[in-house]
Amino acid sequence: MQKPYLSLSLVNKSFQRGQIVSEVLKGISLDVAKGEYVSLIGHSGCGKSTLLNLIAGLIPITSGAVILEDKHVRGPGPDRAVVFQNHSLLPWLTVFENVKLAVDKVWRSENAPTRNARIMDCLNLVHMAHAKDKRPAEISGGMKQRVGIARALAMEPKVLLLDEPFGALDALTRAHLQDQVMQIHQALKNTVIMITHDVDEAVLLSDRIVMLTNGPAATIGEIHEVKLSRPRKRLELVTDLTYIRAREAVLKFLYERNKFVEAA
Amino acid sequence: MTNAMRKQNLLVATPITTLAVQQAKVLALPQRKLTRPAILKPALRRIAAVTLPPLAVLAVLLVIWQIAASQAGSSLPPPTQVFTDSRDLILHPFFDHGGNDKGLGFHILASLSRVAIGYSIAAIVGIALGSLVGQSVYFMRGFDPIFQVLRTVPPLAWLPISLAAFRDGQPSAIFVIFITAVWPVIINTAAGIRNIPQDYRNVARVLQLNPFEYFTKIMVPAAAPYIFTGLRIGVGLSWLAIVAAEMLIGGVGIGFFIWDAWNSSLISDIIVALVYVGLVGFVLDRIIAFIGHVVTRGTAVN
Repeated sequence: MQKPYLSLSLVNKSFQRGQIVSEVLKGISLDVAKGEYVSLIGHSGCGKSTLLNLIAGLIPITSGAVILEDKHVRGPGPDRAVVFQNHSLLPWLTVFENVKLAVDKVWRSENAPTRNARIMDCLNLVHMAHAKDKRPAEISGGMKQRVGIARALAMEPKVLLLDEPFGALDALTRAHLQDQVMQIHQALKNTVIMITHDVDEAVLLSDRIVMLTNGPAATIGEIHEVKLSRPRKRLELVTDLTYIRAREAVLKFLYERNKFVEAA
Repeated sequence: MTNAMRKQNLLVATPITTLAVQQAKVLALPQRKLTRPAILKPALRRIAAVTLPPLAVLAVLLVIWQIAASQAGSSLPPPTQVFTDSRDLILHPFFDHGGNDKGLGFHILASLSRVAIGYSIAAIVGIALGSLVGQSVYFMRGFDPIFQVLRTVPPLAWLPISLAAFRDGQPSAIFVIFITAVWPVIINTAAGIRNIPQDYRNVARVLQLNPFEYFTKIMVPAAAPYIFTGLRIGVGLSWLAIVAAEMLIGGVGIGFFIWDAWNSSLISDIIVALVYVGLVGFVLDRIIAFIGHVVTRGTAVN
C-alpha cells in the first residue's frame, strides 16, 4: 500500500484541570491520501474542533502521533493552514493586507511583484479581487469567509484545515461557497480536512466522511466513502442513488446509533 | 357602495384592450432651483445648534459671576475687572520682559515642553511594560500588585524624592509627569493585550510570526483602542500634575506663573491663567483622541 500523506495514529487527547482529567479523544487513527477531501462530522461537543486543532498543532497531543509527509507535527505552521469558523480576519487590515500578511511571511524569499501577484491570484480564486481595499467590517460574512480561504490558500498548505467554514452563513451563501470550494479543490487538488455538522455538505464535498462518536473519549465510529465522480453538480445529485445512500448512512450513524445526549 | 360593486366598477373602468394601448408619458418634474441662501441656511443652522447652547450657558455663568463678585466685600474680581486688570496678559500672550516676566504663551510652552518629554517617556515605557505584563501571566503576577499600589501615590508625593534623586527642578518635574502618566498607559495596554482574541493569536501561530512581528502586526494594532484610552487618561493626568509640580519647582511655567501671581496678589492674572490651563488641557485631550481615532479606525468595529 502507498504511504499515506497525512497519518494520525492512535491519537489521544485529554485535558487536565486540577485533579480532574477529561478524556476528549481516544484512539483516533486515520490515513489521508494526497488530494483527498475528508470531512469530520459528529454532534457538537464531540471533539471535532479539538481533532482539527491537534492536526493544526495549535494544541499538543496527549499521546499518539500526527505525521505529515513523514514528519511529526509538533506545532502550528503554514503547511497546515486553518480557515477558522469565524473568519478571524484582522479588522485593522484591508482584505488585500490580510492576505498579504500570510504571503509576506510564507513567501518572504520572493520579490515584491511576485508576492503581489500571489495575493491577487488568491483573491481572484475566491472572487474577492474587487473588494481588495475594503476592511473586514465593510464586507458580508460570506465574503469574509472567502477572504479567510484566500489567506489560507495563499500559504499553499500541504493540508487545508477548514473548521466549520460555512457554519455562520445563510443557506444560499453557504451553497455558493461550497461550489466555490469544490471548484478550487478541483483546480488545485489540495488535501482538505473539513469539520462540518451539515450532512449534505459532507456528502457533497467529501471523498470520505469520518464520523465521530459522542464524547467523552470520542473516537472514529465509521468512515463512509462517497464514490461520486467529480465535478459534482448539486442539482443532479439530489436524485443520485450513491448520494442518497451516503446521506442515509451518515444520518443513520448520527441519529440512530449515536443519538445526541445532553451533557449532564 | 359595496365592495363587490366597487370591484365591478374597476373592471369596467380599465378594460384589457385599453390597457395595452395606454402608454406611460414621461413628465419632467420642474426642477427646484437652490438659491445660495437656501444652501447656506441649513449649514448655518447646524453651526448655530452646536455653538449657541455653550455660548448661552457661558454668558449666564459670566453674568452670575459678575453679579456675585460685584457685591461689596467680594474677595474675587468680577469678569470685567479681570479683563481690565490683565488686559496685557490676555491680548499679548508672547511678550518677554526678561527673567520670569514673560507672556502666558511662553509659560504654557515651557510647561508643554516638560509634559511632552515626561509624557513621551511614559507612553513608551508604559506600552512596553504593559505589553510585558499583558503577555505573561508571571510578569502580571509579579508586577501588578506593585503597580496597583504605586499608581495610587499622588503625583506631588513623588516630587521630594525625585528632587533628592535628580538634585534639579527640571528633571524632577519631568519625572513627576512620567510617573503620573505611566500607570494608566501600563494598565490599559495590559488589559488590551489580555483581551486579544484567541483567533488572532492562532493566526499568528499558524503563520509562525516571530515575537517582533507578533508585537508590531498583531499585538499593537489589536490593543490600540485600549492603549489610546490609557494614553488619553495619561495626558490629562500629566497636565494636572505639571501645574502642581511647577508651583513647587519655580522657573518658567504656567504652574509657577499661578503661584507667583498669588504671591503678588494678582487674582485676575490667576483667573486668566486658569482659563489658559483649561483650554490647553482640552486641546491636548482632543489631540490624543484624534490620533487614536485615526490610528484605530476599523479596529473598534468588528
